[in-house]
Amino acid sequence: MIDLDGVEKTFSVRVKRGRLRRERREVRAVDGISFRVEPGELVGYVGPNGAGKSTTVKMLTGILVPSGGRVSVAGLEPSRRRIQLARRIGVVFGQRVQLWWDLPLRDSFELLRHIYRVPYDRWRANLDRFSEVLELAPFLEIPVRQLSLGQRMRGELTAAMLHDPEILFLDEPTIGLDVVAKVRVREFLAEVNRERGITVLLTTHDLADIERLCSRLLIIDHGRVIYDGTIEGLIERYGEERTLVVDLEEAAPPLEVEGARVVRVEGPRQWLRFRRRDMTAAQLTAAVASRAPLVDLTVEEPDIEDVVRRIYAEGAV
Amino acid sequence: MVETFAIYRRIVGSRIRSQLQYRLSFALTVTGNVLLTSLDFAAILVLFGQVDALGEWTVEEVALLYGISCVSFALTDIAVGQLDQLPRMIREGEFDQILVRPLGSLLQVVSADLALRHLGRLLQGLIILGVALTRVHVDWTPGRAAMPLVAIVAGVAIFAGIWVAFSSIAFWLIDSQEVSNAFTYGGSFTAQYPVNIFGRWLRRLVIFVIPLAFVSYFPALYVLDKPDQLGLPSGLQFASPGVAIAVAAAAWVVWTTAVRRYRSVGS
Repeated sequence: MIDLDGVEKTFSVRVKRGRLRRERREVRAVDGISFRVEPGELVGYVGPNGAGKSTTVKMLTGILVPSGGRVSVAGLEPSRRRIQLARRIGVVFGQRVQLWWDLPLRDSFELLRHIYRVPYDRWRANLDRFSEVLELAPFLEIPVRQLSLGQRMRGELTAAMLHDPEILFLDEPTIGLDVVAKVRVREFLAEVNRERGITVLLTTHDLADIERLCSRLLIIDHGRVIYDGTIEGLIERYGEERTLVVDLEEAAPPLEVEGARVVRVEGPRQWLRFRRRDMTAAQLTAAVASRAPLVDLTVEEPDIEDVVRRIYAEGAV
Repeated sequence: MVETFAIYRRIVGSRIRSQLQYRLSFALTVTGNVLLTSLDFAAILVLFGQVDALGEWTVEEVALLYGISCVSFALTDIAVGQLDQLPRMIREGEFDQILVRPLGSLLQVVSADLALRHLGRLLQGLIILGVALTRVHVDWTPGRAAMPLVAIVAGVAIFAGIWVAFSSIAFWLIDSQEVSNAFTYGGSFTAQYPVNIFGRWLRRLVIFVIPLAFVSYFPALYVLDKPDQLGLPSGLQFASPGVAIAVAAAAWVVWTTAVRRYRSVGS
């Protein structure tokens, strides 16, 4: 469905050198990216700011022409077949408005029907369905400029889906949304992916989006893919350290247990970090209990946020 | 093509409806626009308070130039005036949105909004053109009667071409608004005066490089049956449609080149 092979994008920027002198410098925003996305996959595309995420999305949607490598989306070369491709994909940029600012949502949808030449019945059915799932009815007649960010994003999602795209590209669809709105957007994406088999590629900084939604995760940094796999796989590989939090009867000096280390002490509470392959949580608990009377305990699994932060910090994997 | 035009009409139609929702404010802006754009003509009247003729053109004859130029420019402004927003569209990434829709990029830029306030300029231009046409001394023939209309249509194409070509600078230089405006608004101003009163370089510029002289000057020579004081071939008086097509074609080349550059270089 989406196929990238050694894709590169180089920008040339002018750097100030002295008062008048400028120097041209090449910046490689995307530096040889290759991956494939199969039909029906829901893929999360993450990376720190400036990693090349948006540039990749722009090349996949036909906005930018790659400087090297091969891109194919829905069997088309995006940069050459921009208009043909546009009919088969949906695009949402979380930080921009693609609806007409001073038109009511309903009028925007009506215009899109003509622009994408969607048969009336199909359009009607889609609009009814999305209005129901995203609860658009209360604000369909209100001009877009008066909508809240959450309402607008629901409108944007509908707008991107009315023409039955095969692939949906989303660039930070949940940015700036409150918790309720985020959940609604995620549910919507999960539903269209499940029920309509739409392939989804989304970039995000909110790893909860990835955890809830994506079966597959691509991490890029400095224009290169540094991880491609499942979230479980990522945690298994890079997040093998778990934490046992114990509440002792009374404050004690840091416990000494072989294979675990105390990373934090707060009164009677201590945090012990240990590796999955060195011991089980039960073994560690038993070891702790033999050293000091225990009141309570919990095991914390590494969260994806930590893992990704570590990967960003360490660069290559 | 037909379909594209139908979509343009739909988009523009919805913009008109949304602006007409506020009738009073609409009426006020149009009236204000009539008054504001009338100042250009007031300047011409002030000039004629001091002299009887301008390069052997009477006030009625200059009014004809003014009327043709003003109507052409007003129509152009209504049709493609949104190009003034292009630098902002590029800066804020709105142009990226345009590229993911299944329509031509230029069409989407010009239909992004519609500034109905420019109806004021159109109204004012039509009034002055009407008055000028009844006051000039012309031995009317079908050809002479048709020429103002031909000139206006050609003028729209010439102004629109200039607008598109110079707005395309925004793909190279984001803060290019002033440069583009010098050629669009400045161009309309230049076409309000008889070309023969300009200095040599400006004259050459508006005849051969940025052919504003074909918007009003040459067609008006024909309508008024006036000898060309520049001594140029009289065939030029009928060249406006051809020039208009050439300008529009050149503008299209500039636009497509600019968009291609944007897509390969980014902004």
